[in-house]
Amino acid sequence: MKILVAVKRVADYKASIRIKSDGSGVETANIKMSMNPFDEIAMEEAVRWKEKKGVSEIIAVSIGADACQETLRTALAMGADRGILIKTDQTVHPLATAKILAKIAQQESVQLVMLGKQAIDTDNNQAGQMLAGLLNWPQGTFASKLDFHDNGVSVTREIDGGLETLFLQLPAVITTDLRLNEPRYLSLPNIVQAKRKPLDVIPLETLNIDIASRVYTLKVMAPEKRRAGKRLESAAELVNALKHEAQVI
Amino acid sequence: MKVLIIAEHDNQTIKPITHHIMTAATQLSQTIDLLIIGDQCKKAAENACLLPHVQQVLLADHQVYAHQLAENCAALVAEIGKQYDYILTGATTFGKNLLPRAAALLDVEMISDVIRIQSADTFVRPIYAGNVMATVQSTDKIKMLTIRGTAFPAVKTLPAPAAQLVVLSQIIENTLSRFENQQLTVSARPELTNARIIISGGRGLKSAENFKLLEAIADLLNAAIGASRAAVDAGFAPNDYQVGQTGKVVAPDLYIAVGISGAIQHLAGMKDSKIIVAINNDPDAPIFEVADYGLVGDLFKILPELQAALGGE
Repeated sequence: MKILVAVKRVADYKASIRIKSDGSGVETANIKMSMNPFDEIAMEEAVRWKEKKGVSEIIAVSIGADACQETLRTALAMGADRGILIKTDQTVHPLATAKILAKIAQQESVQLVMLGKQAIDTDNNQAGQMLAGLLNWPQGTFASKLDFHDNGVSVTREIDGGLETLFLQLPAVITTDLRLNEPRYLSLPNIVQAKRKPLDVIPLETLNIDIASRVYTLKVMAPEKRRAGKRLESAAELVNALKHEAQVI
Repeated sequence: MKVLIIAEHDNQTIKPITHHIMTAATQLSQTIDLLIIGDQCKKAAENACLLPHVQQVLLADHQVYAHQLAENCAALVAEIGKQYDYILTGATTFGKNLLPRAAALLDVEMISDVIRIQSADTFVRPIYAGNVMATVQSTDKIKMLTIRGTAFPAVKTLPAPAAQLVVLSQIIENTLSRFENQQLTVSARPELTNARIIISGGRGLKSAENFKLLEAIADLLNAAIGASRAAVDAGFAPNDYQVGQTGKVVAPDLYIAVGISGAIQHLAGMKDSKIIVAINNDPDAPIFEVADYGLVGDLFKILPELQAALGGE
């Protein structure tokens, strides 16, 4: 089984997010960038299944500027066999991402595409489902447990109210949730080895996919801030305030 | 302008999220239809006819739609939805699973987690875990949106049905996936996303055993129990308790955060609550910056006192 794992380069989850003074977007210059944590879980899961055998090759793919090579090197150090960068300096929205990934999945004849359920920058939670729709493959979204069988995969999904397990025929798309696994730390030998693994850079234009967006960001702003309230001294005082002042109990 | 809402239901009743989406829909158009997909869900469709502002309730009731799997349900939504100007679902795991797939089939760039409708084509949504609000404009022929229920009030049902029930004949098979099983968390308490009062625990509770301290207070207040991601990761509480950007987004009348420091991703999930109470031993914890009432101190001392003050043992 060949697995394609999509990894997005995003602002690190610990980085403090600043809005550009003209409100046109978020400042991404000079902040720490990392692999999207949900994609890291997808990458980890692919590597674990490869270690248990049955997986012939893991291909990591990223879409974006040259700097995404760094993210791909991280994927290679985690255990991907080779990397593909679809190079573009344009912003790529989820539908375009899905179209690009669909093309790569078909070109590489993979049986499984894995990616995070959402990227922590734009928080869309769309690309995996869209990819599955475009390919007419089954989808296992928000996965917290996988079990491979001869002809398919059982996916346990995090849903509102609990868990649901579906059986998907292969080929399939899986989007990963937090509890699926805990990604490994990179070892120095693996980081060194990753530098020698193949990484193809393909200009987006050569794929012949229209990525022009029909959704425009008009402005971004900081959310309204709540003001801190009162410090109380005792539980009795709190109950009194909730009953008589706030009148919520 | 016509709006299609994909309803969430349990074959019998319409879930509260759909009542909230109705309000969002009325801000877009007065011509609103509701689509019910499922197996043996006629009762839910009859209940949907009690929702105000709905013209037609479209019912796709067939065993191929049991468990509402995305593969064929999205195909049905795309087929029915192409005659509409807007297609709406809740920003729930149901909506997030289904709508993007349908959007891809219609070649539409959908918009997730809408919290405000600014005009017919302009919407506000949170990004970067709620640190940033983005105003986006869609020029797609169909606007497909997932709606955050907490951002729109719920409509009240009518005393008698006003909508017309239309039975659909489209049967789309699903040969790609099948349902195996479901493990739903059984609780006598209200559902998190629908509760008027929530008491949530964080890492400060130190163990799954201590997490149970919240139960007595929850029972006294008829509250739902939530958890921070840190508490879930530490194994103190099941994942479906999780409140935050990657968990559930809630906006109850009263949110009591116990031993929760207030990481930004947690705040993103609860900061629209009407009244927030924070109980934490760290006076500098960020949770106090959003709390209406704060109690600094040892939660293991405060919780029993709170229970007593509420009239419990």
